[in-house]
Amino acid sequence: MAIFNLNINGKKQQVDVDPTTPMLWVLRDHLDLVGTKYGCGVAQCGACTIHLGDVAMRSCQLPVSQVGEQPITTIEGLSEHGDHPVQKAWLEHDVAQCGYCQAGQIMNAAALLKSNPKPSDADIEGAMNGNICRCATYTRIKAAIKTAAG
Amino acid sequence: MTTVKLSYGRRSFLKTTALAGGGFMLGISWLAACKSGTKEAEAMLTMPKEWFDLTGFLKIGENGVVTIMSPNPEIGQNVKTSMPMIVAEELDCDWKNVIVEQAPLNTSIFTRQLAGGSESIKESWKALRTAGAAARQMLREAAAQAWQVPAEEITTAAGVLKHEKSGKSAGYGEMASAAAKIAVPKEVKMKDAKDFKIIGTPRKNVDGKKIVTGQPLFGLDYKREGMLIAMLVHPPAFGMKLKSVDSTAAKAMPGIVDIFNLNVYNQGYEKQWCDTEAFNEKIVVVGKSTWEVMQAKKALKLEWEPFPAYAENVQGWGGPQKVTIPGGLENTADHQKKMADLTAKPAQVLRKDGDPDAAFKSAAQVIERTYTAPFLAHNTMEPMNFFAHVTADKAELVGPIQTPEFVEKTLSARLGLPIEKIDIQMTRMGGGFGRRLYGHFVVEAAAISQKMNAPIKLVYTREDDMSAGVYRPAYHVTYRAALDANKNLIGFHIKGGGTSDSPIHANRFPAGAVDNYLAEEWRLDTNISTGAWRAPGSNFIAGAEQSFLDEVAEAAGKDPIEFRLALFEKAQKSPVGKDNDYDATRYAGVLKEIKEKSGWGNSQANVFRGVSAYFCHNSYVAQVVDMVVEGGKPIIQKVHCAVDCGILVNPIAATNLVEGGIVDGIGHALYSGMSFKDGTPEQTNFDKYRLIRHSEAPKAIDVHFVKSEVDPTGLGEPVNPPIIAALANAMYKATGKRVYNQPFAMGAAVLG
Repeated sequence: MAIFNLNINGKKQQVDVDPTTPMLWVLRDHLDLVGTKYGCGVAQCGACTIHLGDVAMRSCQLPVSQVGEQPITTIEGLSEHGDHPVQKAWLEHDVAQCGYCQAGQIMNAAALLKSNPKPSDADIEGAMNGNICRCATYTRIKAAIKTAAG
Repeated sequence: MTTVKLSYGRRSFLKTTALAGGGFMLGISWLAACKSGTKEAEAMLTMPKEWFDLTGFLKIGENGVVTIMSPNPEIGQNVKTSMPMIVAEELDCDWKNVIVEQAPLNTSIFTRQLAGGSESIKESWKALRTAGAAARQMLREAAAQAWQVPAEEITTAAGVLKHEKSGKSAGYGEMASAAAKIAVPKEVKMKDAKDFKIIGTPRKNVDGKKIVTGQPLFGLDYKREGMLIAMLVHPPAFGMKLKSVDSTAAKAMPGIVDIFNLNVYNQGYEKQWCDTEAFNEKIVVVGKSTWEVMQAKKALKLEWEPFPAYAENVQGWGGPQKVTIPGGLENTADHQKKMADLTAKPAQVLRKDGDPDAAFKSAAQVIERTYTAPFLAHNTMEPMNFFAHVTADKAELVGPIQTPEFVEKTLSARLGLPIEKIDIQMTRMGGGFGRRLYGHFVVEAAAISQKMNAPIKLVYTREDDMSAGVYRPAYHVTYRAALDANKNLIGFHIKGGGTSDSPIHANRFPAGAVDNYLAEEWRLDTNISTGAWRAPGSNFIAGAEQSFLDEVAEAAGKDPIEFRLALFEKAQKSPVGKDNDYDATRYAGVLKEIKEKSGWGNSQANVFRGVSAYFCHNSYVAQVVDMVVEGGKPIIQKVHCAVDCGILVNPIAATNLVEGGIVDGIGHALYSGMSFKDGTPEQTNFDKYRLIRHSEAPKAIDVHFVKSEVDPTGLGEPVNPPIIAALANAMYKATGKRVYNQPFAMGAAVLG
């Protein structure tokens, strides 16, 4: 066990955990931030996507010991009032079916738009290919990303 | 206006109870009910000081805010929005003032709290309408008493009662207290479909805002003070059981509280149909955090051994059944060979019309084709999990379950507690697809909590989930068609089966449309557990049947839509045999609709089209796939879909469900499958189990609902099966090759 000081959603947080613990479980079990979802644990589904700095990361593959002082953003901190353009577009298109994977989809889409504000269809498909939606809402996700891009 | 007498079976679900002040407060705005982008959407609903329960289905606050209970489990089919819409319609309230709450399991108020068979809306349509209409009637009577006018003269609209002659009006909130004391009416009037204001209009997901902001909604998100995390280890192969366990090292690991063996069901327990579980004895690891328990699982030293064949009695849907579980370690190659052998032999005849033997003997041409499909895992994105807190005198269960009423009975038997001491709360589910019909994980959670005497949350890893069974069976079917010298279809023969299950529905189309018809089935026993997977049976047989008919139409020199329409015409005018399980007019209706909407017959250069139609789960669906080939790679440019599911409740949610069903069907037909070597699943995570990805989804999907005044029928399942054939038939046009064995794109790389 070891103490880690983390910067999550603009707040300082301290946890005392095994240094190998992935951020996914630090968030879910120790900080009660359960919006970041467990889907596969092997970086194949994207349900656990968070931002490390501005970059989308699979939190299931990110040991807490490697985070250091880099700021982390989770779905709960993407916007203060749930009004990030991607979140608004998701509501406008009524994207969710079961909804379980959508936090990961939204975090990945938000990171895409930050680095590429006007993505083409191929850009969207390429960037989002690692995020599985088992309800298969892919066509709506793409439409919502286009709406968010304006 | 329809008048309905209030008698629903033996249950009297309508109760009136005035609740004492503000039972709960909601801290969030309820944006999803409102139009996006409007000022109202930003407004917070003010919670009332007091709620008045009118029917058990709903309560009204003194300020006019209405809480409607959503009785059924939400697995992504959007019943949590659609079912309350039906209540709100008959209540005649303003949807903007509605809050939706997930009801707990409560069989004294609600009926059929189950997510399965695409029947949530179909089976509860009348009960939901009646509940809303009864509450509306009670409000009118309360107003009539207050105003001393006849109740029949009081009209309602958007949550306001009005008496035109006297000019009096009042909001529902003002009359709620008095209405709660009014006796439940003996009969109620329900609206005509033409007067619907909420049903048939797009209403967004009531949990939408919570979903996009990551609020706790799912079973896996549930937490209780002092809660421990539990995980299980089951045998690595079907056909194996536990021989020995050495947990010394694992027990000494940080955060580990206990490790023990658990029998899911007690010896001698007679299973219900939904108690399916291949591995009865498991190892439980209980600890303080998920990661610590995951690590301890890996440190267990385990030995397994094969078990001999056994039989068990199961209370199936159709009564008690004796089920044989063979011993041995099974292989996919052996399954395929055994299934081919069974199809080559005579099987159990389910239906015979005319003289099929003579028809095939006299045929000018016989077409015979065989279709196969592998086992599939459900792979809900949220793995199996459940919270349990069991004490000596009660059991609290919270989590994702499609069959709460059934699992309550199993829990009662397993825990030795009467049903009334068991409380089941349903969380939103990260997918169902049939997997959560089988509630062994609820029983496991409860049994672990009972043993630990502590609140626990049972969590399956993805690997635990994918290797635990209850798969869609593997299937194998051979079709034969006989054409006479004039290319008329004179004989049809279907013979097939699957592992533990048969996909043959003998009375479905084209039964009834062919003079000489034979349907036969067989089953192959296996120790790999199987169960319902989105549109059970249909999810294979629709693809096989509609691919085969495409080939028969081609051999007959007919357009595939015209060929089918001619068969439906025969089934309408001179049906063959009895018990034909479809309405030929509605079936033909969706085909005609898709023909028109897709512009069938107007060929576009380099666009290759396939068509398919199917009826299951009480709804009719026709689909056309438009495929193009770019750089030698087939790409689905567009899917056109026509659906006849009766009255459409919520168009935006329904369209979403249809789109998802189509992409899901395409994905599994192209890419997915479970295979086994010596009983061991060869896929245990998404690195090897291939699911469809963003770039592989159709570029566009056009959904058309046939206008109907028939009561609503299923939607979650019926859109899924036919797309397999629309896809296969388009692939044939694009590549010149027919595909018979799923997954069609076997070998396609797994993306990550």
